[in-house]
Amino acid sequence: MIERVIEVGLPVDEKLVIVRNRLQPDELRGDERRIAIVTGTHGDELEGQYVCYLLNDIIQKNKEHLHGIVDIYPALNPMGIDSITRGIPMFDMDMNRIFPGDERGATAEYVAAGIIKDLSGADMCIDIHSSNIFLRELPQIRINEQSALKLLPFAELLNMDFIWVHSAATVLEATLAYSLNQIGVPTLVVEMGVGMRIDQHNGQQLVDGILNLMQSMGIWTGPVPNVRCPIISRDGHVGYINAEKSGIFVSQVDHLDTVRQGDVVGAIVSPLTGEVLHQIQAPCSGMIFTLREYPVVNEGSLIARILGGSVQ
Amino acid sequence: MREEILYELHSPYRESLKVHGYYFGQGNKTACIVGALRGNEVQQMYVCARLIEVLKKLEAEGAIVEGQEILVIPSVNHASMNIGKRFWPIDDTDINRMFPGYHLGETTQRIASGLFEKIRGYQYGIQLTSFYMMGEIIPHVRILDLGYHNIELAKAFGMQYVMLRRPRPYDSTTLNYNWQVWESNAFSLYTTHTDEFDTPEAMRMVDHILGFLSHCGVITYRKRPGYASHVVTDKNLVTVQTATSGLYRYFRNPGEVVHKGDLLAQVLDPFEATVQEELFAPVDGTVFFRQKSHLINQNAVAFRLLEESTGDM
Repeated sequence: MIERVIEVGLPVDEKLVIVRNRLQPDELRGDERRIAIVTGTHGDELEGQYVCYLLNDIIQKNKEHLHGIVDIYPALNPMGIDSITRGIPMFDMDMNRIFPGDERGATAEYVAAGIIKDLSGADMCIDIHSSNIFLRELPQIRINEQSALKLLPFAELLNMDFIWVHSAATVLEATLAYSLNQIGVPTLVVEMGVGMRIDQHNGQQLVDGILNLMQSMGIWTGPVPNVRCPIISRDGHVGYINAEKSGIFVSQVDHLDTVRQGDVVGAIVSPLTGEVLHQIQAPCSGMIFTLREYPVVNEGSLIARILGGSVQ
Repeated sequence: MREEILYELHSPYRESLKVHGYYFGQGNKTACIVGALRGNEVQQMYVCARLIEVLKKLEAEGAIVEGQEILVIPSVNHASMNIGKRFWPIDDTDINRMFPGYHLGETTQRIASGLFEKIRGYQYGIQLTSFYMMGEIIPHVRILDLGYHNIELAKAFGMQYVMLRRPRPYDSTTLNYNWQVWESNAFSLYTTHTDEFDTPEAMRMVDHILGFLSHCGVITYRKRPGYASHVVTDKNLVTVQTATSGLYRYFRNPGEVVHKGDLLAQVLDPFEATVQEELFAPVDGTVFFRQKSHLINQNAVAFRLLEESTGDM
């Protein structure tokens, strides 16, 4: 059942509409549990689109196995997806920095408040992101350490490679996930792939995990593939590589490669002079779970993250 | 006056971004004034430019009090200003959401860190900044309620309004917040104009800043009489939202006094120009904020009115 959950009139003959597809058994008992799949907060992150499609397809073809409510929100920022804009067009702030929103605020804040209202009461929410256009990410779940105790058991069911329990930056309090967790909707943030692209393998991997989680919640009784056991890590085990020079990054490793401390990861080169401006070495040993996709870098641009050890 | 490059960032395809600082006087780190952290903050940069112009004269006249140092930074993000963007050219991040910065972090974290290294520790931190909603706002000084703010000091700018605001989560990475954490008295000054400069308003802001510096014993300056500031909070503001969308025709400007029932604006059908909605003042008050765009969404904040006889906590 497709519903228009939020509508805001735009100036000329159009509405901003946030839609939800509710999948539920033909007959309801009244005590069904509800899981929400949300994505498209950032208009340049598309991995969630394929996940929503796959999940819709599987559930609708196997409706006899559905014993709860699955709400699919493919586009929390439809104008952004439509215009290949990360944020909300005509609004300066990142949509994932304005939650829980404000019904008396600017349009984006009004929409954010409406999203929270519609999601409140859900038993679980999966918030799917796909990095940005700059970085490729290993399929992972990110959990604020304040919520780790409660969320880790659910996160382990989601068939992701990695669970990153990160420290609680105050600014993250303005995210959708934080706001939902605060009002009692357990919410897991998934990051995978790279912006503006869809990796079907990643999508299938997450859908398997969502079905596994749904099964554990009593929402799904259909077949579920075996899921992997994720690596769980805290900030102390993540090493960062940032560009020390501005130029073009040329990688000498692949995403998910294992490197040893001192190995060459790549170089920053100058197209104008032919110089190698900076040879980049791994600051620690481990697996490259984040790798830069977009070659133009300024000083400071993130090149890679290594799971294994921190840099002192 | 001495000019210094406070921070430099090399670019692969453009000239380096150089953050210029203008120092007046010598001695204790007393007052730091920061202009455009965003690429559209032209008025903020212009106010600093006019301030530098006046401070040069004051310094030549010996009006900077001995042992006091003033630093003015007209612009930090002209890399964006030169290409018509508000935020950082490559990744669209906001430098004013990156403080205190991280010297080994991402580009805008490094810019924030490099800048903050130079500007922390000043007794008074003054940032000329802009509002997150597109529109025009009444000039005012804003302070964050972190428990150690100083309202009386904010009144020394002589501006009509001092707004005291409780910090929201995203405020924790702003310059104002971090200045306060590092024990500076921090003030954000809002101007009506942002992406275009307005000389009369800029000169009034310069006068407010000079009046403040004079009050704090940093300069000797015969300040013009300012306002006895009203202290207000978000609770004193009444929001007027649209119920429809379309062409937006407004009749009132920031600073104007309105009475309950006054017509503030109309929303017109975009194809037939018929009036779809009229927005009236719900209370007696002063226009604090007004949407500027000629196209308006449904549920948009069209006006914020400062309700009469409220304020002063």
